[in-house]
Amino acid sequence: MITMKINGVEVKAEEGWTILETARFYGLEIPTLCHHEGLTPYGGCRLCLVEIGEGPRAKLVSSCTYPAEEGLVVHTDTKRVVQARRMMIELMLSVAPYSKVIQDLASKFGVTRMRFKIRNEECILCGLCVRMCEEQMDGKAIGFQNRGYQRKISTPFDLRSEECRLCGGCIYICPACQLRCQGPQAETAICNACLTMEPTCLDFYDELQCWMYDAGRCGTCVREKKS
Amino acid sequence: MSVHQTINLDSLQEIVERHGYNKNKLIAILQDIQAVYHYLPAEALKTLSKLLKIPLIDIISVATFYRAFSLTPKGRHVATVCMGTACHVRGAPKILEEFERQLNIRRGETTEDGEWSLETVACLGCCAIGPVVVVDGDYHAHTSIRKVPTILGRYRK
Repeated sequence: MITMKINGVEVKAEEGWTILETARFYGLEIPTLCHHEGLTPYGGCRLCLVEIGEGPRAKLVSSCTYPAEEGLVVHTDTKRVVQARRMMIELMLSVAPYSKVIQDLASKFGVTRMRFKIRNEECILCGLCVRMCEEQMDGKAIGFQNRGYQRKISTPFDLRSEECRLCGGCIYICPACQLRCQGPQAETAICNACLTMEPTCLDFYDELQCWMYDAGRCGTCVREKKS
Repeated sequence: MSVHQTINLDSLQEIVERHGYNKNKLIAILQDIQAVYHYLPAEALKTLSKLLKIPLIDIISVATFYRAFSLTPKGRHVATVCMGTACHVRGAPKILEEFERQLNIRRGETTEDGEWSLETVACLGCCAIGPVVVVDGDYHAHTSIRKVPTILGRYRK
């Protein structure tokens, strides 16, 4: 057993656990996007950033890839972590503003502005589909291509791959494929409609996906917050 | 004339054999294939994936990651204009524009007759002799707009 500290509480982790697994075992919430149980950790979305160490030497690491170490001091909710997380959400919003998952994250973590140019690439390169295809579906039909700003996920030569069995696993797991609710502000970079109601449907009405119905039909998302 | 060659799979087999069917030598194998065809033909990559028993997408990932590999046919001559800082301040962008004008193609493209490809590179490391233009491995030092026709003429026959 490994003994370490998370948010000042002494916790015990098993050999081979990551910080994220340890924190989740103890019920501490760390948001993730590119992490999925059953797929290898990737550390691409940087939403699960936590601060390790203390004082001026504290640094941010992705908890989904960092192994639990003896005597490690972890903080999951410092100002630095929260700011970094908000910045990551903001950056992802600029790339894929039509994703429901990212819009929900923005509302949940209080991201109310987006200062970047909207790029509408509809892919945040989290690599979930690539890992899903390879590890769970044994397909290896899609993968990363090019590099830098041209990096993209596609099949070889952008043609229908012989390896692809049309299982749909990549679409199932994609966080950017589910379109956001077509609420009152569908054209803007940030919806934030969920922030106007109390309680937010994110935490309480998880199954009520209003994108399946007409825009704002249930009416909850247009109700003003009582001040 | 086109640089398209019929894909000779025997030569591919020979290249892979020379590297001992070793998956770890993928980049070296791709370089050898590129040396034969001047680019990486789709057919060759598909066969390579079967010979080496690695997924095609992994080969594509490597081939598209490195600038040295091209999936589209390259010209018989490749002119590479250095766009590094030292060359840039000495007028490399103007030289590149002159090449584009003379060859009537844009950077990264190949002329229709398959004779010329125009590339840019971030830095060649020989900043003292800049602006540098490399044609088929020959370094042309201290180039200027006026020297561009001379450089092109040397390879045009």
